Amino acid sequence: MATTEVERRRGQLAALAIAAVVIVLGVPLWWKTTETYRAWLPVSHIKELDILQLQLSADVEVVFARGTVTPEQQKKVPLTLTQDDEHIIDESTSLRYRYETKYRTATIMEEDALNQPTAAEADLSLHTLSESPCGSLVVYVIPETSSLLPQDDEVYIGQRRTALLRISAQTKVGRTLEQLLTYLEPRMKQILQVMSFSHNDITAALSDRVRLSPGNKESIPDNMRAFKSSPGYEITFSLLNPDPHSHRLQWDIEGAVETYIQPLLTKLAPLANFSIDSQMLYYTMLGVNPRFDGSRGTYTINSDSLAHVINPVEARLGSNAASSNPVLNFLLYVPDAAHSPLHILDRQKQEVTSNAFHSPRWGGIMVYNVNGFYEPEAALPVDININMAKVMGVFLAQLRLLLGVQSSSPPPGFLMAPCGSVGLADWELDRLMWSRSVENVATATTTITSLAQLLDQIGNIVINDNIAKQVSSAVTSLQLAVAELEAGNLGFALQYSKEAILASERAFFDPSLLHLLYFPDDQKFAIYIPLFLPMCVPILLSLLKIVSEARKKRREKFAKKD
Amino acid sequence: MTRQCGSESIENMAAHRCSSSAALVVLCYISFSVFIVANSQETKPTVENHATVVEDTQTDTETAEKSTEQPAVSVREWEATETEEETPDSSAPETGVSSSGPHPKDDFQEELVIRPLHSGDIYASFQFRTLWETDFLSGNKVSHYRLFPKSLGQVISKFSVRELHISFTQGYWRTMQWGQPFLPSPPGAELWVWFQDSVTDVDGTWKELTNVLSGIFCASLNFIDSTNTVQPSASFKPLGIGNVTDHRFLRYATLPREIVCTENLTPWKKLLPCGSKAGLAVLLKSEKLFHSSFHSQAVHIRPVCQDLQCKTTSWELRQTLNVVFDLHTSGQGKREWSLFKMFSRTLTEACPLASSSKIYIDITDNPEGEQFEVTPATPLLSQAVVLGDRRTFSVYDLTQQITFGTVRSLNLLIRWKSSEGDMLRPLLHAERYVAGYGLQTGEIHTLMYNNHPYRSFPVLLLESVPWYLRLYIHTLTVTSKGKDNKPSYIHYQPSKDRERPHLLEMLVQLPPNSATEVTVQFERALLKWTEYTPDPNHGFYVGSSVISSLVPSIVAMDTNSSQDRPLFSSFFPCKEESSYFMRVYTEPLLVNLPTPDFSMPYNVICLTCTVVAVGYGSLYNLLTRSFQIEEPSPGLAKRIANIIRKLRGVPPL
Repeated sequence: MATTEVERRRGQLAALAIAAVVIVLGVPLWWKTTETYRAWLPVSHIKELDILQLQLSADVEVVFARGTVTPEQQKKVPLTLTQDDEHIIDESTSLRYRYETKYRTATIMEEDALNQPTAAEADLSLHTLSESPCGSLVVYVIPETSSLLPQDDEVYIGQRRTALLRISAQTKVGRTLEQLLTYLEPRMKQILQVMSFSHNDITAALSDRVRLSPGNKESIPDNMRAFKSSPGYEITFSLLNPDPHSHRLQWDIEGAVETYIQPLLTKLAPLANFSIDSQMLYYTMLGVNPRFDGSRGTYTINSDSLAHVINPVEARLGSNAASSNPVLNFLLYVPDAAHSPLHILDRQKQEVTSNAFHSPRWGGIMVYNVNGFYEPEAALPVDININMAKVMGVFLAQLRLLLGVQSSSPPPGFLMAPCGSVGLADWELDRLMWSRSVENVATATTTITSLAQLLDQIGNIVINDNIAKQVSSAVTSLQLAVAELEAGNLGFALQYSKEAILASERAFFDPSLLHLLYFPDDQKFAIYIPLFLPMCVPILLSLLKIVSEARKKRREKFAKKD
Repeated sequence: MTRQCGSESIENMAAHRCSSSAALVVLCYISFSVFIVANSQETKPTVENHATVVEDTQTDTETAEKSTEQPAVSVREWEATETEEETPDSSAPETGVSSSGPHPKDDFQEELVIRPLHSGDIYASFQFRTLWETDFLSGNKVSHYRLFPKSLGQVISKFSVRELHISFTQGYWRTMQWGQPFLPSPPGAELWVWFQDSVTDVDGTWKELTNVLSGIFCASLNFIDSTNTVQPSASFKPLGIGNVTDHRFLRYATLPREIVCTENLTPWKKLLPCGSKAGLAVLLKSEKLFHSSFHSQAVHIRPVCQDLQCKTTSWELRQTLNVVFDLHTSGQGKREWSLFKMFSRTLTEACPLASSSKIYIDITDNPEGEQFEVTPATPLLSQAVVLGDRRTFSVYDLTQQITFGTVRSLNLLIRWKSSEGDMLRPLLHAERYVAGYGLQTGEIHTLMYNNHPYRSFPVLLLESVPWYLRLYIHTLTVTSKGKDNKPSYIHYQPSKDRERPHLLEMLVQLPPNSATEVTVQFERALLKWTEYTPDPNHGFYVGSSVISSLVPSIVAMDTNSSQDRPLFSSFFPCKEESSYFMRVYTEPLLVNLPTPDFSMPYNVICLTCTVVAVGYGSLYNLLTRSFQIEEPSPGLAKRIANIIRKLRGVPPL
């Protein structure tokens, strides 16, 4: 009897030992070897990014010219003044605009510059004196006696980052410094709205993050016209010649690009890389049959049917084989001899003077009639040189719109300098850079947070080191971009935000995320059951037996005691 | 292997599929903006180009209601652009009729050669050549295109391509029946590219290039990877100018399995300046082209000399399309051919952009008109030396109005009179097959025939065999006329499993009037179960062998390359008068590999687990059960005895 008891005891111990080995060694080993590799992600930082508190800081310098402040007042002028303006967009996004205003009096050199005969010359010589950094502004307050501005204009906005503000005559009398400053404040605000970021622009740039409230509806078409921020754009000019039998067209696109487009793009170089190419397409018809309008003696296309125009053309345009940047298409359509002249009618059935139209986030088309340049009985084909100045004027305007160079009308009393040969003032570039930085930050945060959410939800996705690296670099760049925006370094902010968006997109669209995306649990069970079932059943049964025996023994012990 | 092919709707679908998803998106947008366009607005000019937006609030509220459901959808709206005209520069050219336009720097030619074959089939070969006097090589960014297609130009400049040759072929060219093609190509897809020597990462560039080309031509070129790419050391020399012969910059790959159909033809036609709207390209209707015995389309890009001194270089883009129509499937017993019958189109005009547009009909075998009759007759005759033979052609110049006659359309008609006459046997041809039985080993036989009566000439043989056929290179034998024929040059690069294929190149002298046999044994590898194709029992393709050779010519070849020759005779550069270059492709091979049952992995898992479970179960029992000695039960005799004893009342045993 004793030996059987020993045997039973040994059996129990063996079962316990096996169970222990399976639990301590086998299960962790199995778990370890079958788990998907998931690199560490900076989850806490990403969570922080989910709540975005952006602060945009702009440096503003207010310079009082001689004759605007008295020497006594000069001493009392505060050195700096900080203005904060806070907006809460939604529960997770808030904006704060900070204008750091510095006050000083003009130097002698500046006084000389302000004594130039015209505002444009003053603007130029002020610019040569000192170049203000990206994102900052200088406002010169000039006395009412100054002849720089025409009589009914108060503010002149230059081509660079300077503005001239003339004090009107009424405030001159008996004013104190406080009065002067309160007088300046609303005007300063207006200048800042025009030359720096405006709240509308910034909220529009946040549209990737923030669902637009119905109240903002009317600004949607405006915001959607421009292309989304991207590290590069391809600009393609296409000359469509549906009738090579009659027209042999020549266009000096190389020269025209050099003269008209390149200066603008050079100026925009900090925003994105641009590449330009051109092509000629023959036998490409528009998708709409023009209607003959007897009263005008021309063929016409209604604005209603413009939506159908590019469909057949688009198939011939060809996408850029060598890059994946968005393409801006500019088409110059020369109607065939049988359908000339061709005019586009607007909604009021009036001919559009430029004979051109553009489509948001796609490009523009211009119709160029050539029938006036040759006699009807001329021998076909006729050689025709296209007037590139006319064409490029239209394309340049469309390009500005499509790139989002906002052209809001100036408030009354404002005089703007003509944009000159470059076609873009410095402050316009700044505006664009502000909104692009914010847009990049918004897009990158959305991408990163949704990627983190996705990875969190689907446990099967493999996260390899490369993705983890991209995510971390995106997060660091984002933090840097936000910090630079706060510090008011616009150039760096844009740079970092571009890096952030690139890294986040690369991480989000990495193909390695898809490998094990769909590996359902029932298949896993099907594979493991033949192994686990025969192994676990004896272990479980013997464990149950041991437990029940132990319980019985204890009960017997109690019974004995009793 | 077969695929439904040839209906117009499929072509359209293919075109849609190709022109990137952007087109689809546009479609959606446009259908959406049909009713949303009421919301369009106008941009009004202001002082300096800045336009203000005047909202059309009346219609706006209405459409805003409509689009509240999907505020995220970006609405494509059309707006009239109104701008102040910039003051034109005084130097800007005025629009108008210029008496003499600037000399165009590019030139386009088109050409169709029709050759009646002795078998009664008909061979039509289209060639379109675009010459562009520009310099891709010097690193200048070329971005303004006129006749040259932009997509290919971008590919050349982005990937620093020096030469690019790509062909898609459906069917096998039967050299013994049809003679030599003007431009040979292997079945399936073939791509070979010379990169410029400025490229540092050739393999990476090659990978990217194949992906881009795959998109341009709607083909599976993206399946080209290191396992089917080789760097031939001698067989593929640059065909254009430039004496870069470092084969580090060469990549060659074939996809013998590629099926060519309308979706490949549509993007190919799009590269032509006139598209398929005018000129010879109107004949390229897919439903007829693919109803043929052989179809091959190719794109060749190379730099060529502009003149004799070669001071200026230009880029040449040749698009060729070769097709052989079968008499028996569509001739309805009559030996009669016309353009309309072949292509279901007639010609009415040349492409207005083409500087030359010609149709050649090979009438060499028909000097007196006793074999066949061509209508309308043409007085223009031309002679050209092509593939070592002097041929005579009737020429139809489409740029001349008189060619089209009074009906303003040209429908060439060829009517056979007799079916006699025999073809000159091609001087060089080759064939290949797999011998052996079972699924373990086999032997590849390549036969090369030299039909020249008295001249021997050397040929370069290139074999590229996938890694899963493990060649035993020591079994390589080359025999001609029963005797061992030692190759004078052998370049062999062994394969690496799952990394690169075998490459075997050798220079063999073919004795006159002989057949030379090259054999090599191989072993079939077992693939991993994910490496099998979706239909593994169909077999695995091995690409064609390539035989390149300078074949002795019967007539003096024309070595003057700058002369105005027909396109079909000027593709391969000719250096000597006494011989011409020729390339012959053999058949691709179809080899069966040992194919497992694909439910096997699960079976294996189940079986292993069961074995493990049984073994484990008995071990477990041994370890945990306690064993006791039991009293042996009494035997049967004893029990019976006990029963009897009980009955008798005697105590049991």
